[in-house]
Parts: sequence; C-alpha cells; structure tokens
Amino acid sequence: MAPRQTNAAYCRVVWPYSLVPLGERALTIDLAAVDRGSMRALIHSLDVRLQHDALLGITGRVPAIQAYTLHYEPAQLSANALEAYIASVMASLAIRSESPRDPIIIPVCYGGEFGPDLDVVANTHRTTAEVIVTAHTAGTYTVAMIGFLPGFPYLEGLAPALHTPRRAAPRTSVPAGSVGIGGGSTGVYPCASPGGWQLIGRTPRALFDARRTPPALLAPGDLVRFVAIAPEDWAAHEDAT
Amino acid sequence: MSLTVRQAGIQTTVQDLGRPMWQHIGVPVGGAMDTAAHRIANLLVGNDADAAALECALGGVALQFGHAALVALTGRDISASLDGTPLPAWHAFAAQRGELLVLHAGCRTTIAIAGGIDVPAVLDSRGTSLRAGFGGFHGRALRRDDVLMLRSPTVLADRMRAALDAQHRIVADWGASPSLLPPYSAAPTLRFIEGPEYHLLTDASRILLLGDTFRVAPDSDRMGCRLNGHTLSLVTSREMTSSGVTAGTIQLPPGGAPIVLMADRQTTGGYPRLGDVISVDLPLLAQLRPGDVVRFAPTTIADAQAALRAREADLRRAAHAIALRFADGAAGAR
Repeated sequence: MAPRQTNAAYCRVVWPYSLVPLGERALTIDLAAVDRGSMRALIHSLDVRLQHDALLGITGRVPAIQAYTLHYEPAQLSANALEAYIASVMASLAIRSESPRDPIIIPVCYGGEFGPDLDVVANTHRTTAEVIVTAHTAGTYTVAMIGFLPGFPYLEGLAPALHTPRRAAPRTSVPAGSVGIGGGSTGVYPCASPGGWQLIGRTPRALFDARRTPPALLAPGDLVRFVAIAPEDWAAHEDAT
Repeated sequence: MSLTVRQAGIQTTVQDLGRPMWQHIGVPVGGAMDTAAHRIANLLVGNDADAAALECALGGVALQFGHAALVALTGRDISASLDGTPLPAWHAFAAQRGELLVLHAGCRTTIAIAGGIDVPAVLDSRGTSLRAGFGGFHGRALRRDDVLMLRSPTVLADRMRAALDAQHRIVADWGASPSLLPPYSAAPTLRFIEGPEYHLLTDASRILLLGDTFRVAPDSDRMGCRLNGHTLSLVTSREMTSSGVTAGTIQLPPGGAPIVLMADRQTTGGYPRLGDVISVDLPLLAQLRPGDVVRFAPTTIADAQAALRAREADLRRAAHAIALRFADGAAGAR
C-alpha cells in the first residue's frame, strides 16, 4: 500500500502500521504494509527519531527489515503512553531521499581453507569457482538489518545466479569473518558461531569489536562491496585489535 | 580483594543485569538469567542491584577467598558449605581469608560478594557475552585457577560486615523474607501473553499448550529453554521475516518443539511467536533443571505489568528496610 498524500503545500504522509505487543515489556511496530520503496528510509528515519528523543523508559531498540521493536520498562513508561508516543512519531515522520553513500569495501580471501564450500556453490550452478567469485564481487549489496549475532549484516542484492541452499547439516563452528551464502542471502559472520550457510571466503576485517566505536562495522542502509584478495595480503587488511 | 576458582563447575559466568541498549547492533542483552535472585543477592551484601556477581549452572563450584568477604547465595535448591559448615541460601554470610566456599548443588545459583566482581564494563555491562566472547571474565566461562578481583565494598557493606563481626556471627540474621522470593518449583506454571502467531495454532495444539505439561530438554542453555513432550503445529505456515524478540518469547521452530528465549537470546528471530512468558515468571524458568516440567497459563498485559510493579515495590521495600537497619547510628549497625 502506497502512502496517502495530501495536496497541501507540504506533503504529509500517513504511514500504515500496526502495533504488536511482545509480552508486557516490548512492542513491535509492524510496518509490513508500507510500500517497499519507502521501507528502508522510513525505518532509518524512525531509528534516528527514537534515538534522538531517547524517551525515558525505552530500554532497547531493534530495527528490522519491515518492523521495529521497542523494549520498555512499564514502571517508567505505561503501555498507553508508549502507544501514544509512537502514534505521534509516526504521524510526523518524514523520509528524505538519502544521498548515495560510498560502498564499504570488504576484502575477502575466496576459496581454499577460507571458503571450504566455494566448490560446492560452483558445482551447484554448474560453473567454476572463478565465475562465482567474479559474480560475488560484481554485486553491490545493501545492509537490510543487523541481527542474529553482534554486527551480523543481513545483505540484500545477491545475484539470483548465486542463490544456493544452506548446508543440510549446519557446522558446529564457523570461523569469525566467514563470508557465506544461505539461500538468497549473503552475509559475514562477525564471530565464531554455529552456522548453516555455504562458506565461500573469509575477510580479515572485524565486523564487530566491542571495544571499537562504533562496535559494528556496518549499519542498516550501508552499501557493501566485496573485493577478492590473495591470502598473502590478509595481514595488510587486518583490523588492529 | 580476590577470589580463586578451585572448581569451575559446568558453566560459571560473571553476570550483571545485561546490556539492553545495544540490541540495535545485534548485541544480546545477556545478564543474569534469574534477575530476582541476582538483585536480591546483591541487596543482601550491600551492593547496587546491577553489581557483577557469579552465576553457576547446577553445582560443583569451589571458590577460595583471598580476603575476608561478605557473601550471599540465592537461587533454587541450593546446597553449599563454607569450610565444611553448611550455609543457608538467601542470607549474607562472612567468609574469612583462605576459606573455601563450595556450591555442591543448585539450579542456577547467584553468588554475590560485597563490592561486586571487578571486571571491565564492555558496552555498559560487566556481564559475559559467551557467544560473542566479550564482557565478564575475558569473555568466557570461569575455569579452575582463574583469579577474580573484587571492587571495594560500599559503606553499607562495611557496616553489614562490622555488624556480623560484632555479633560473632558467620551467617547474618538479615535475609530475604519468603514473600520476596519467586515461587520456585520443579513444576511451575508460567503465565504468558499471546503472541502475534498464537492464533495460528491448530485447535489440538492450543489445547496442548494450555492444558498439558512440557519437559525442559537437556540442550537448554542461556540462550533458550527448549521444551519437549509435545509437538505443536500451526494451521498454516507463515512467511516470516526476522524481527525483535524478547526474554520470554515462546518461539515455534519447524520441528514443533517450543523454545522459550532466555537471557543470551539473539536480538531478532524469524520463527512464529506463540507468546511471551511474563517477566516476573522468568526466574521460575531460569531455575529449572533438565527434566523439570512447566505449564502455561494465559494472562493479560495489564496483569503482567501489575505483577511487575508489585515485585518492584517489594524489592524497593526490602532495600529500604536494609538501608534503615544499617543507617548511621541505627542500633542494627552496631
């Protein structure tokens, strides 16, 4: 559903949303009815506004792909007051067309010990590892959301020719920095974790470092490009720890 | 002020009340699984509610004190001793330099020590984020021979300690009144609020969820309490995109065995959400052992918030009573 607009000198947009309680201390703003083209910019505006307002009693924010969850402390903020606040924010929320950002470059060692599933992905698509690497590095990806692990980016924009089913049996431990393909998504594991994605490479960059400011390398809306590097160049790209 | 780990147990971690303000970059909230036990333990030794304490899964933990310390143990079914003398839970006690505290058995025991564990705060919390490997003691569970440092006790803690010494007591005569304790049980009923996909349960599954018991699976951990005994199903599979989840969210993965998300849960999840266990009942769940059983009972947001307010008021009253007793010049402080 497209936002409704008036013919006033300024454009007032009514964003469709519904509120979904998650227990008595969290509330999800479901934005699934917002048109695709405005969704990311809207969630970004909402995030900026909520962060700026820093309403007392809001204890946590979780922007997602088509929803935004707020955690709150009922002793400080009643459910009614929170709903009224959200209504006022949603009624006054404007989105701006963002100036294009430069992509963030993620250097990747593809294949071999760094990407043990590169050949599996190539075989799945009846092609060579080189073609897979070329296709993966040709794309520009957008960070749709951060979740699953600290700093883990859900990246949109994987070429359909690279879509590959997840592994039948997930690995019990995937090394930090692993670049994987899971179905139609691609992403980078910020820390060692169990995981079921096909691993095609690994980056020396730290996607998350709790002692860095900001801790996460990527934020929703960021553009990402992967660049192939040789194993001997690994150390040159490593983040200082 | 230090503490040496002689036996680390199954999983002993440094925890406080977590880091909720970093969820937007995917950082788990973490912190104590049983926040009631954590806060009360800190109260009993004069700490702030969010001071870092130890959380021990089950038993087999032994700690040796490098200095005299004021300590409290809280949790369910605790069996502990100090140099062989049995200790009561939910009471402060004085440990002397060199003495050995042994936690023989428990469910999820909080060990709070006056001053709190001295580890650096990372992203606003001293709690251990096990999966990401940061916070707490070097981002990991404790091991044998680890040496933990303690922060300086508060003025209140010093007065408590002096009061114990003056009375020649080991175990304090102040403790948490039974009414302050969560109603722990090996078969608790957990109140929950219906979640967005609750209405998609088949009639048979809804009857099971509301009427029958579920057993805590052995692979439950700080991320989630896995339940088995019944397989639940939805009338239709729903296309889900990941979004925020909370402590207590009852997820239904494709296998049909529900999982209740706990302290170390991911910030987002993509499974159907049957409901959310209310905050005041999460301590009951945190203290279950594999094989224990739970029942679910629906409640409302208004009732859940009222229960939360009542618990907060109880905790405030208890903190007030302790502060009064040890106020400057109060008889109890001597």
